[in-house]
Amino acid sequence: MSDVLLSARGLRLAFGGVKAADGIDLNVMRGEFLAIIGPNGAGKTTFINMTTGYLRPQAGTISYEGAPITGMAPRRIVARGIARSFQLPQLFTEHTVLENAALAIAAREGPWSPLKPLLRPAWREEARDLLERFGLSAIADARADALNEGARKLADIAMAVALKPRLLLMDEPTSGVAASEKMQVVETLARVLRAAQVTAVFVEHDMDVVERFADRVAVWSQGKIAALGPPAAVLADPEVQREVIGIERHAAA
Amino acid sequence: MYGWFEENGLLLGLALLDGLAYAALVFMVAVGLNLVFGVLRVLNVAHGSLYAIGAYTAASLGLFLSARGLPEWASLAVLVVAAALVGGILGPLIERLLLRRIYAQEPVLQLLVTFALFMILEDAQKLIWGTQPVQNDAAMRLLGNFDVPFAGDFIPFTAYQLFVLPGVAVATLVGLAWFLRRTLTGRVIVAVTTDREAATAMGIDASRIYLLTFTFGAVLAALGGALSSPTASLVPGVGAQTIVLSFAVVATAGLGQIEGAALTALMIGLSRSIAVYFMPEAEVLTPYLIMVAVLLIRPQGLFGAAETRRV
Amino acid sequence: MRRTETILAIGGAALLVLLAFLAPWLRFVLTIALAKGIAVLGILLLLRAGQVSFGHALYLAFGAYVVAFLAPSSPEALILMPVAMLLSGALGLVVGLFVSRYREIFFGMLNLAISMVFYSLLEKLYHYTKGTDGIRVGVPRFLGMVLERDDFEWAMFATALLLALAIGFFVRLYLASPMGQALSAIKTRETRLEFMGLPARGVLLSAYVLSTLMGGLAGAIIALTTRHVTPLLGYWTVSGELVFIAILGGAGAALGPFLGAVTFELVRVYAAASFADAWQAILGLVLMGVILFFSRGLWGMVESLARKRA
Repeated sequence: MSDVLLSARGLRLAFGGVKAADGIDLNVMRGEFLAIIGPNGAGKTTFINMTTGYLRPQAGTISYEGAPITGMAPRRIVARGIARSFQLPQLFTEHTVLENAALAIAAREGPWSPLKPLLRPAWREEARDLLERFGLSAIADARADALNEGARKLADIAMAVALKPRLLLMDEPTSGVAASEKMQVVETLARVLRAAQVTAVFVEHDMDVVERFADRVAVWSQGKIAALGPPAAVLADPEVQREVIGIERHAAA
Repeated sequence: MYGWFEENGLLLGLALLDGLAYAALVFMVAVGLNLVFGVLRVLNVAHGSLYAIGAYTAASLGLFLSARGLPEWASLAVLVVAAALVGGILGPLIERLLLRRIYAQEPVLQLLVTFALFMILEDAQKLIWGTQPVQNDAAMRLLGNFDVPFAGDFIPFTAYQLFVLPGVAVATLVGLAWFLRRTLTGRVIVAVTTDREAATAMGIDASRIYLLTFTFGAVLAALGGALSSPTASLVPGVGAQTIVLSFAVVATAGLGQIEGAALTALMIGLSRSIAVYFMPEAEVLTPYLIMVAVLLIRPQGLFGAAETRRV
Repeated sequence: MRRTETILAIGGAALLVLLAFLAPWLRFVLTIALAKGIAVLGILLLLRAGQVSFGHALYLAFGAYVVAFLAPSSPEALILMPVAMLLSGALGLVVGLFVSRYREIFFGMLNLAISMVFYSLLEKLYHYTKGTDGIRVGVPRFLGMVLERDDFEWAMFATALLLALAIGFFVRLYLASPMGQALSAIKTRETRLEFMGLPARGVLLSAYVLSTLMGGLAGAIIALTTRHVTPLLGYWTVSGELVFIAILGGAGAALGPFLGAVTFELVRVYAAASFADAWQAILGLVLMGVILFFSRGLWGMVESLARKRA
């Protein structure tokens, strides 16, 4: 629980005049669930994008399991065991949910077998099992472009989990999920991730979700980490409440 | 080197002048193609046919009217009228009756529908104008020649190609830049180009903008053709040649670029005409070679921004 | 549907054999149609990834010229075909390493550009290629035998048919495999592939090289059948024709390209003679009609019919 899985040091990245990362220092511990909160435009997604290789920081380093990964191609970073899900679900819309999951398995196992079907028994089995864990069995054979937002979100995360990462970065896993289903979705998610011993970093706007599931919270503000610690302590901080949560609660209302 | 220039200097001058005039025409077509692609997201292969039909119509209309006593000074105006007719009629027809049905289709299929239209229009031209060359250079004769001083000598060159063609192209460039940046409709067009979803979500009437843009692009193509008609005799195949060239310009410049298209058209126009004079067998190849060379170095085109995909 | 497809493929093959018996002059037309169908299978792979090449005539012409150049020294048809195919694949790998970085208009235009450069070379290097006159291919041998004209035509027809079945079968397996399924994932969500660690460029390049192998083989069959190769085989209109056939036949299944190619060649034999002036316009109308009303092509129609029966 105490060893560092991912370590970011002095990350900086500006778009024009906007500082999306202005000296980010952060350690992610093995096995923890770390929530990132903060107003829109604070640079939360930018952190995920830098960690997964989509954006290259202008300064600073990121290391994973002790080895530097700064500026590597997304593909190489995935190969090391870091996966991500997306705020806007990125599904293969011409495929069924089952095939989407199987494609993720193929990505992990290597796709270079031109004569064996994608839905070979072993992969089909694994994909079905994965969807079942996410409660998506009923829509396994539906086309990905025919799903509602909540299901698309879960399918998107399921695909990331199929890669068997040790670190999973999730960009707003509950946005777009109906309020009534939200807790259930997170419950499912937490169970799956704990069972698979995945460390998770997730951007979240719902403070109830944060309080209940995060081991630690990092508060983002204008490209900096304004506060970091256990949810109870951080969320009780008057500064944080005024700067961030007020806005969040307001935005959520 | 000195000896070469002594011998070929005037030829080079002529090639440059020719290239400039040619680049002006290429720009007119390519910029319309680019604009239409930016807004409708349909790469219109039939754009070259509009150029060809514009050229044929201008030539025929001129011949028809002058046979009925149209004064010679009006021959320039005839070119513009022909272009407006062709673009103004065919443009809306094509957008409303054909393109409208395929906006939801895959890009490949959209491209192929316009390819089909291109095939139909090619044969239609042959049926209407035949395969014999059609020529009407009244507009060019009207303005006479102009002696261009070059390297201590003079090159006689038609005033039409020297002033009218580049003049219209520059006016189009400036006018278009002004229109897109300063007028409301222009800004709406830019907004739709940059982010169609956001623009339509904001209540922009996309359907009207599509019609307007396509018609405008069609008029530009037809105008390019009409303006080209006095400088050469028209034969079948001019549409195919034009569309390939404008695709090359658009791909080389990068999608959505106006000033970029102008520079690229100039580059391709000049190199092509230098090839015509000094290495005729490479004429067909120059645009392709330039495009391949540019895209090798800059995959998004000379002026295109690297595509930022939303995640 | 998979079983229906197999049955239809075998039934279709039998029908072609029957046609070739009943109307000997059709043998030639059908052999060419099968060759084009093989090339179109390659186009279909690329279409799955949402990419359309306007330059695949390059590989047709390349395969054909390989046959024309090598036939004098090694006239064995069964050696010429695989050699043409492999050399074309090698060229495809080189070109593919370049073009697989590009998408959509850039991909299409670069393929066109490269094919037109090759076309010009064929035309201009008269010393080697005899320019637009083209090269006659001498009488090839088949399994070491010098066959009568009629027998040779039969041999080529049978070879083309067997190859079409074999490659069609391979493409069907390929499309169901992760490599094939990832092709349509390129079309819908390429970034996600990268974030999953699945190299989109490698997937597209593999399909591209396969398509050039098929194109080269098709060119070899055409050269051996027509026994005369000209640069025209590499002109962009031929590339357009391949794309046309792909859409006409339907990109949904490996049988589509052959449905499209046979229909196209048969219609051409009749229509090109009767409507020489409007031939292109007719093609255009058909293409437009297919896309607007039957975007899944002839194969799509067969599929709907089969569904209704079931």
